[in-house]
Amino acid sequence: MAEFVNFYLIPGLVLGSIYALGAIGVSMLFSILRFAHFAHGDMMTLAAYLALPVVVGLGLHPLAGAVAAAVMTSAVALGIDKIAYQPVRARPTIVAVMISLGVALMLRSVIQIGFGVKIESYSAGQIVPPLRFDWFVILEKHIWIIASTLVLMLAVHLLLSRTRAGKAMRAMSDSAELAQLTGIPTERVVRLTWIVGASLAAIAGVFAAWDTYLQTMMGWFLLLPIFAATILGGIGRPYGAMMGGLIIGLAEELSTYPWITDDPLVSPGYKTGIAFAIMVVLLIFRPHGLFGGRVF
Amino acid sequence: MTAPVLELRGIAGGYGEADILHGVSLTVAGGEIVVVIGPNGAGKSTAIKAVFGLLRISAGQILLGGEEITGLSTEKLITLGVSYVPQTGNVFPTLSVEENLELGAYIRNDDWRPRAREIYEMFPPLADRREQAAGTLSGGERQMVAIGRALMLEPRILLLDEPTAGLSPAYQHDILMIAKDINSSGVPILMVEQNARQALEIADRGYILVDGQNRLDDDASVLLSSPDVAKMFLGG
Repeated sequence: MAEFVNFYLIPGLVLGSIYALGAIGVSMLFSILRFAHFAHGDMMTLAAYLALPVVVGLGLHPLAGAVAAAVMTSAVALGIDKIAYQPVRARPTIVAVMISLGVALMLRSVIQIGFGVKIESYSAGQIVPPLRFDWFVILEKHIWIIASTLVLMLAVHLLLSRTRAGKAMRAMSDSAELAQLTGIPTERVVRLTWIVGASLAAIAGVFAAWDTYLQTMMGWFLLLPIFAATILGGIGRPYGAMMGGLIIGLAEELSTYPWITDDPLVSPGYKTGIAFAIMVVLLIFRPHGLFGGRVF
Repeated sequence: MTAPVLELRGIAGGYGEADILHGVSLTVAGGEIVVVIGPNGAGKSTAIKAVFGLLRISAGQILLGGEEITGLSTEKLITLGVSYVPQTGNVFPTLSVEENLELGAYIRNDDWRPRAREIYEMFPPLADRREQAAGTLSGGERQMVAIGRALMLEPRILLLDEPTAGLSPAYQHDILMIAKDINSSGVPILMVEQNARQALEIADRGYILVDGQNRLDDDASVLLSSPDVAKMFLGG
């Protein structure tokens, strides 16, 4: 029990939180801009690196680094939208998909040139003992990551259900054309979507780096499980994306638990394959996702 | 004489290269319901879209209360008090009835709720379904949401594109009666309709378009009693 909770369930929730935060953004961007944003992972990497001078240089808490990274990453996302996506808004969305792939590669290269390719950490050389409650052991950063994710999910829910801007986002997801005929400033809704999506991605990126370390390929590796989570939740459904992220994160971690024999059910090296397998099975049998959404 | 609420003077234009309208002129005076009828492909809906800035206009002028609005953007026209209800896809299906109305008032800075209460009084069936997703309503109720959404801005003129299309006969009648009521409350209406006879019955005047041009216009009662009009445009 203790082993299962401490070493599988909690890491699964942490990973799931990171995936969920990324997947909410991918899902929102898909429903409003109508394209699969392949640069989402590398945007997370960028955020993790942008937080590095804040956390290591200024010595601030990684949560402060996450907030700073969210602001900076939002600015970058708005700039990229202006230069790369706005000019092709009226074109078939596959154009934007391909551009986002190019943006992903460019972001990664810029990070590699700017920060170097060696592994970095927010807490090099520090060893933080975990908190102990009887048999329950948890790292403080894991509490922060899970709790912050829950708060952010609630914030997204309140944005979408209570604010006029959030309702305008949902309206545009229903019909961009009608939104325009209604007088909703669609370009402003698009910008808000970038700010929300990029901020959540940034925070997820910082969390991923805080949980482990920084590496210039980290976001690219996160992209597959995040897309799997998005599809699992039903594309264009932010609430589904939250669930999808948690399910994929838990599935990856729990798959390595010694369920049957004394050995891990799936060797940890193949963990990422779980997300891929879930995605393939879904695309074949439930392309609308578990909760109903658009088809890719 | 005061300027008509809306006036089209010799409008020509289309979506792509080719023009669909070749000189359409019409006026809507304050307090009027004007209906545009004509065969399929005559450019009826196109004419209404021209008013709402959805068309490339190659010639002619559009005036709102005597002020030229030709070529203005849809966004600008909304702020000037033009509201448009498209024929299809005219509600946000996953949003509740109330949210649809709220977004209809998006550009209003004041409290939208009093206006929503007025809309619910106008459309009692909607009052019971405030929290229901608009996509789950019947066709007639959806049309009420669409018209209600357009009325949230208290427009100077309401443009309706075939409001009865695809509805059951009972609802067709209801929707036209609603249009009549809205008009009685002081909102001029320019409407395109396939149900020409029923629409003319509630209208003040009618225009018949053929091939993107005016063919005939007169008081609705005159058009209804003309044997030629009946034979050619009202299905006998």
